[in-house]
Amino acid sequence: MPEVVRVIPCLDVDNGRVVKGVNFIGLRDAGDPVELAAKYDQQGADELIFLDITASSDDRQTTVAMAEAVAEQVFIPFTIGGGIRSVDDTRRMLRAGADKVSVNSAAIRRTELVAEIAAEFGSQCCVVAIDARRSDAGTESGFEVFARGGRDATGIDAVAFARRVVDLGAGEILLTSMDRDGTRVGFDLPLTKAISEAVTVPVIASGGVGSVEDLAPGVLEGGASAVLAASIFHFGESSIEEAKAALKSAGLLVRPPARPSPRH
Amino acid sequence: MTQTSAGCGLSIAVLDYGIGNLRSAQKTLQWLGADADLTADPEVIEAADGVVLPGVGAFGACMKALHQTGLATQAKNVADSGRPFLGICVGMQLLYEGSEETPDCPGLGILPGMIRRLIGDVRIPQMQWNKLEVTEPYHPLVSELDGSWMYFVHSYAAQPDEHTIAVTDYGQSVAAAVARDNVWATQFHPEKSADDGKRLLSNWLDSVRTDREPTQRVTT
Repeated sequence: MPEVVRVIPCLDVDNGRVVKGVNFIGLRDAGDPVELAAKYDQQGADELIFLDITASSDDRQTTVAMAEAVAEQVFIPFTIGGGIRSVDDTRRMLRAGADKVSVNSAAIRRTELVAEIAAEFGSQCCVVAIDARRSDAGTESGFEVFARGGRDATGIDAVAFARRVVDLGAGEILLTSMDRDGTRVGFDLPLTKAISEAVTVPVIASGGVGSVEDLAPGVLEGGASAVLAASIFHFGESSIEEAKAALKSAGLLVRPPARPSPRH
Repeated sequence: MTQTSAGCGLSIAVLDYGIGNLRSAQKTLQWLGADADLTADPEVIEAADGVVLPGVGAFGACMKALHQTGLATQAKNVADSGRPFLGICVGMQLLYEGSEETPDCPGLGILPGMIRRLIGDVRIPQMQWNKLEVTEPYHPLVSELDGSWMYFVHSYAAQPDEHTIAVTDYGQSVAAAVARDNVWATQFHPEKSADDGKRLLSNWLDSVRTDREPTQRVTT
């Protein structure tokens, strides 16, 4: 049985609260990352990713506390990204209970960070998040890496960058299309394909999912190993179960959604 | 899975050699009711009803840390003592004689054989949920877990042999769970495998309890 596609809800967290609007039926407090995470765990999500978009680094301690609280109640793997700049930042998050960290801007400024994290904690916990878009910067692949949450152009070729970080020890690539992010028209499939063909490690497709029907092409045409979405899950439009049903009906393997608990 | 008391009253030492996220195993065992300590203290390990060797990261880095903390010797002593011992992920790999990942670094040598790099037309690492095929259905660790789903993260693995009690298919048949006497181990992360993983740890705690009871009768 080769690859079993993972469905990964992504939670943007600002100062310990989930943002981007969350409207999850059945939650007392839709902004609480721990409660939301536990809900996704129950529904059969395969992993979770928390992206810390807290502006001030002084508030990072809140994120550490959140990771600790999530680890108490969530029994599936989770990744923390946003503001990870060093081996020490990584150690703090792993010690708090995160399974992986996702590095972005800091790895663009200094790619050796990827090698340092992989050497200290192993490739399996080192995800490199690449925000890319089509550009006229003249990169060989036509896709350019953007830093700081997609705000800063870098002139770096996204495909070459992906190869480089994997050579340095990245265990997974979280690939977000900046062209598609928030558009709800589906993944950027040529971008996803270009990256997943260039590297041997798993690629998580992200950016542009508007419905569960958008998920399977990321794997079938884009070659991704996992699919990430935020708004379709947070707004209660789709459940993890519906996402998995859509992937399955497209002929893909998925871990079956959680069995109903007799208590609920 | 609803909260259980499978581990109630059991003391479990989760060996702490300072690498990566070793806390998850402790958290899940606590959730199952066990009194689980993350520790390198020989006295705590000596007094524990069961011992867990977790592991993430590179084989060589883990072995080095085990030696530096004195836990390599401790782990071997526990394995020899007959007390319940559970290795998880790299903690399973460390039980073998060595690994292709770090060829010049011997493992604990508690189980025979070498850990080899995954082969086949698959992405490496395997970083996904995969289905368990139980090959020894009467082994208590994997009881009623045939067809369950577990979370794997690894680039290297043991080959199925006479100690294998469950396998999984990832381009090749991979030893997913092994057992020899009191030394049991899983290549996957039960502590990160939602309800199915909790069932496996609950099975282990049941065995730890069964193992403890005769001793108690003798001493009381």
